[in-house]
Formats: sequence, C-alpha cells, structure tokens
Amino acid sequence: MNFARIAWLILRKDLTVEVRSGEVAFTTLLFAVSCVLVFAFAFVREGIPPQGAAPAVLWIAVMFAGTLALGRTFDRERQSETLRALLLAPAGRPAVYTGKLLGIVVLLAGLELLLVPLVAFLFQEPLLAHPFWLGAILLAGTIGFSSVGTLFAAMLVRARSRDMLLPVLLYPISVPVIIASVHGTDALLQDHLEVGVLRFWVVLLLCFDVVFVTLALWTFEALMTE
Amino acid sequence: MIDFDEVAVEDVSRHFGRRRAVSRVSFSARAGTILGLLGPNGAGKSTLLALLGTLLRPSQGRIRFGDVNVEEEGAAVRARIGVLGHDLFLYPELTALENLAFFAALYGIADAQSAARSALDRAGLADRADDVVSSLSRGMRQRVALERALIQGPRLVLLDEPFTGLDDRSGAALLERLDGLRREGAAVVVATHDLDLAEGLLDEAVFLRDGRVVESLARPEGLRAAYRAVMTRPATPIARPSTGPS
Amino acid sequence: MSSKNDSRPHFEETIVNHSNADITLPAWFVPAAVVCGLMFVVSPVLIANTPYEATMGLVQKIFYYHLPSAFMFLLGGIVCGIASARYLATRNPHHDRVAWAAAELIVLFGVLTLVTGPLWARKSWGVWWTWDVRLTSSLVSWLLAVSYLLVRRYGGPGSDRLAAALALFGMANVPFIYISVNFWRTIHPLTTVVPTLPSSFGVPTWFCITAFLLLFVLLLRMRVRLEAQRARLDAMYLSLDE
Repeated sequence: MNFARIAWLILRKDLTVEVRSGEVAFTTLLFAVSCVLVFAFAFVREGIPPQGAAPAVLWIAVMFAGTLALGRTFDRERQSETLRALLLAPAGRPAVYTGKLLGIVVLLAGLELLLVPLVAFLFQEPLLAHPFWLGAILLAGTIGFSSVGTLFAAMLVRARSRDMLLPVLLYPISVPVIIASVHGTDALLQDHLEVGVLRFWVVLLLCFDVVFVTLALWTFEALMTE
Repeated sequence: MIDFDEVAVEDVSRHFGRRRAVSRVSFSARAGTILGLLGPNGAGKSTLLALLGTLLRPSQGRIRFGDVNVEEEGAAVRARIGVLGHDLFLYPELTALENLAFFAALYGIADAQSAARSALDRAGLADRADDVVSSLSRGMRQRVALERALIQGPRLVLLDEPFTGLDDRSGAALLERLDGLRREGAAVVVATHDLDLAEGLLDEAVFLRDGRVVESLARPEGLRAAYRAVMTRPATPIARPSTGPS
Repeated sequence: MSSKNDSRPHFEETIVNHSNADITLPAWFVPAAVVCGLMFVVSPVLIANTPYEATMGLVQKIFYYHLPSAFMFLLGGIVCGIASARYLATRNPHHDRVAWAAAELIVLFGVLTLVTGPLWARKSWGVWWTWDVRLTSSLVSWLLAVSYLLVRRYGGPGSDRLAAALALFGMANVPFIYISVNFWRTIHPLTTVVPTLPSSFGVPTWFCITAFLLLFVLLLRMRVRLEAQRARLDAMYLSLDE
C-alpha cells in the first residue's frame, strides 16, 4: 500500500474527527490563550511589556498547548483502542506515524495562526512584519517539536504516568528547538533584519526536523511491536 | 495476496515481567472451522488473540501461518487477519459509513465507499449509514465493528468476547454470521465465556486456565457440563512463597 | 493436545541464557577495584604537588576532577546511546542493562561535573553560573539522562523500548544542543573570561582520567550484574508455576 496514501487517509480521518468533536482544538486554544495572558500579567509593568518577551511567550504557549494536544489526541485513540486497529492493519508503521504527525502539525499551525496576532497585540511587538521568515520558523519549529512528541505520545498511550512523562521526555529533547525558535523569532523583531542570523536558526531547525523525523520513521516499527 | 490454510500455535508462552499470561499453549485453527477459547477471566484468552493477531510476539514458541514467514511478510499476514476486539475499534465521532470506508481504504480495497456500503447492507444498517457511531446502540455498534473486521475478506477471524451486551436477536444474528464465515472457508477463533451461545457453534473447544490449556475437545457437546468438569479438576499445587510477587 | 509437561524449563531458558554472562563477575574485577581505590587515595597527593597555576591558584586544581568527570559523563552518553540502538535492533536484554547502567552513570558523573564546574567558576570570577556553552549543554544532556531514569522507573510495561528511543534521540540531539547554545551565547558575548584548558595534559591529568575510567567500568559492570540478577529472579518466579 502506498505510503503517501495511508498517511493522507490517517490525516484526513484525524482532521474529520477533530472538526466533528472540536474537543482538542478548543481546549488547547483556551489553554494557550490563558498561558499568554498569565505571562502578560506577570511581565507587563505599568502597561509596558518588556523588550524581547514576546517570542518567549509565544513559543512557551505553543509548547505547553502542544503537549496537551498530543496527550489528548492519543488518549482518544486509546479509548476505543483504535491505535491498535491501526497497528493491526497492513499499513506500514512509518506511514501511520507520518499521518499522525501531520495531524498534530496542522492542529498546532491552526493554533499559531490565532496566537501570533494575540501575542503581537498584547506585547506590542511587530511579529507580523516579516511573514515569510515567521512562517518558516513557525513551521520548522512546530515540525521539530511534533516529530518527537508524536513518537513519545504514541509510545506512552498505555503507560500509567502518561500525563506526567510526556512533558518530562519532550522538553529536554526540544531544547534546541526552543532556543532556535525563540531567538529566530527574536531576530525578526529587530529594527535591522539580520538575515544571516535568521538563516542560521531556520537551517538549524530544518536540520533538526530532518534528523528527528528520519529517526522516528526508522524506529517507529520497532517501538510499537511488543 | 498470501494465503494460509492453517494457523498453528506451537508451544507458545508469553510473560509480562513476572506474570505469565500464556504458558506452553499449542493448538491449530484450520480454514473452515470455528475454534473456541474458553475459560475464566485472566485465563489468557485475550493475550492469545493478541498473539494470533501479531500484535504481540511470543516470549517462547512460535505461531505459524501456513508456510508464510511472518518476520518478513508481517504486513501481508495482517492483511488477511480480521479482529473484533472487546473495544470495537470504531471512531465514535465518525459515521458508520465513514468508519467502514476508512478501514476499507486502509486495507487496500480499491473502491472503499462501495465496499463500505455493501458491508452496511450485510449488517442491515444501510439506513443508519450517516449516523455517528456514538449515537448507535451497543448491538448496532457491534454489527458495524464486525463488518469492519471482515471488510477485507480475512482468512483468519479473531473475536474477543463478541457476545457481550448483545440481546437474543443480535446474538442469533452473530451466530449466523459466524456460521456463514465458516462456510466461506475462514478460520474463526472466538474467545468467550458465554457457553450457551457457543453451544453448537464450535468445531473445537480449547479450555484455558491460568494461561495453560487444560483440555481441548473436538466437536464438543454439552459445553456447560464439559466446562464444569474440566475447570473443577484439581490444579497441581503451586508452591508460592509467602512474600510472592504482587 | 494439552500443554506439554516437559521437565525442561521453558520461560527461564532465554532469560537465564542472556543473564549468565552478566552475573558472573570477570576475573579482573576485584584487582581492578583495588587498583582504582588506590589511585583515588593517591590522587590528592599527586594533585597537591602539581605546580600552582598563575592566574587562578589553588582553585584550578579542581580541574583534575572536573575534566575526568566530564569525560566520563560524555562516555556514559556514548555507551548509553549505542547500547540503546543495539537493544532496539536485537532486543537482547544485555544491551538494555548496559544502557540503563550507563544512564545512571551519566547522572552520577554529570552531577560531579555540574558541581565542580560552578565551584571553579565561583572562585575564579565570583559567579556561580555563566551560561558557558559546555556547562549549559551538559546541563541539558544531564536532564535528558534524568528523564531516561524517570521513564524506566515510572514508565510501566514497554518502558524499556521507550527509554531506548529516548537515549537514541538524546544522543542524536547532543550536537544540536551544543550548536544552538553556542550560537545563542556568541550573539550575546560574555564579558567575563572563559577558562581555558591547559594546552597539554600532564601526568596528574592522565592519572585522574585513568582512575575515573576504571571507576566507570567497575560501576557499569556491577550495575549490569544487578539487573541480570533481577532478571534471573524474574525467571525463577516464572518457573514456580511449572
């Protein structure tokens, strides 16, 4: 069976389920917005937000909300044991992984579309000044974070301490993504755009994506077989 | 498409840490027969089904699918297996038709939509095609789940407690379906503790207790009596230390 | 067709066969332990006799424990990563034991490195933490090792595979951590001076490295043995029902 076909089938199924129930999308959106608000209350003094806080707030909100979304998405698969059904099918395991990964990326991309204007608004930063670069950083960073997150969340589906372990595993591995994304976004906000710096961070993120998606594809089969 | 006439479980054991789930079990499921795995909860029936469905690998022994090499042809083998699990494997937010079409496409069926519609017709649920699964009754969900398991025309059909929560009419309908599968040449393995319904259905009954086969009967009659006789046989005394594993 | 009542044990075969090699301590273990102990006893004397370093004085001598700790920290990472990869490929429990033991050693030597580093920094420039590239990268990698141990402890069934994946990902992550932290620091240059390593390693340095290396190997071997004994115990429990 075609790799791309299966990944597409699973992606379409995930999106349909999500659109119908809306559970994960709405709760993570609300959570992300609350996150941003908390940071706003904490950092804004006398109505003036601190310099350079916006990129950090944006990416922390994305990561926290992303972890929540990952946990909930796979929890849903556990309820009717549908993940088992996916593994029972002759579909190649890497294709199943890719389908799930794309679903998470789409969900988080939608979330970012709403968060970026909110953060730009509350923290008075021109986040949307260079949309092409912003889009590149957002996409590369989200894929990096999600690639590792999808793998770990799939493996933790039946673990006892699933909710606690996912962040414990995911955040240390995501440190390079966080550093690159936050500082890449920060470089965007400077008055003179330093293309060299931006290019460095984006390339680093893309390398991370390639390495870790490849690793995940290689190991997914071995990891899901008991 | 690969095929096999017989699924042979050869001296299979499976443990999880210190817990033995299945211990030195051997039996054979042949095409065109219905084999029952009977036993109390915790006897190892679900584990055996997971092993047969290639979701688990045996700790010892092996499961042979005809002459096929499972290591290399895992996906091809899985394509010929249909599983009706205890948890039904259906997406509650999708409609019956969408569920069936998704799995049909996943199993490589060319025209998934029409295959899904035919399956719904077979289940007698064509009028509920566009209702989300969560709105269907347990019996209807079971019928959809069964069609999902059978949509690719599997050679080996595994059912885990399929009669749970079914009323008499649905139970009878399921029995008929299983009989039909047998005539079509599928090898059917049913794990159940509902002996009354299994009566008359099984070509072979394998009685399990504590992960072991205690008896296996061909063409069993009077299942209840046989079950009672087999299960009340004294077990060999097990020397457990007073501070045994939990 | 009832289950075979062979007197030959069933479950334990694989477990016992895989753990035999790990349980019996090799002949060199005890002599090596003695040598290692002696080396550690002698090392302070050796270190005290090294020439005083001009700029930093007595504090610089902490380097003789800091550097080998850092090396063993790195070595633990490499061993854990490779053992995890081999475990995922072959499912041989021996590799799993080595990976787990190596992860504990990463945490142990990591703590030593992360404590001796700031001690040095504090005495040298008055600050405990300077976000130096190497120390920061070590901190992140150390956190990864701690998360590995948390998975093994709380992950439940299947945690051996998950931890192996984590170790593999962690090992692949190390260059990314270093590069990202490095670039982050260089675009915000330090105002203080970063300590430089001596250009050549003298006798005391090699002596301490050897002592630490011996300690690493001994601890690894002992820890692997402990896990093998646990596996043997599991096999014995399993065989009780036979």
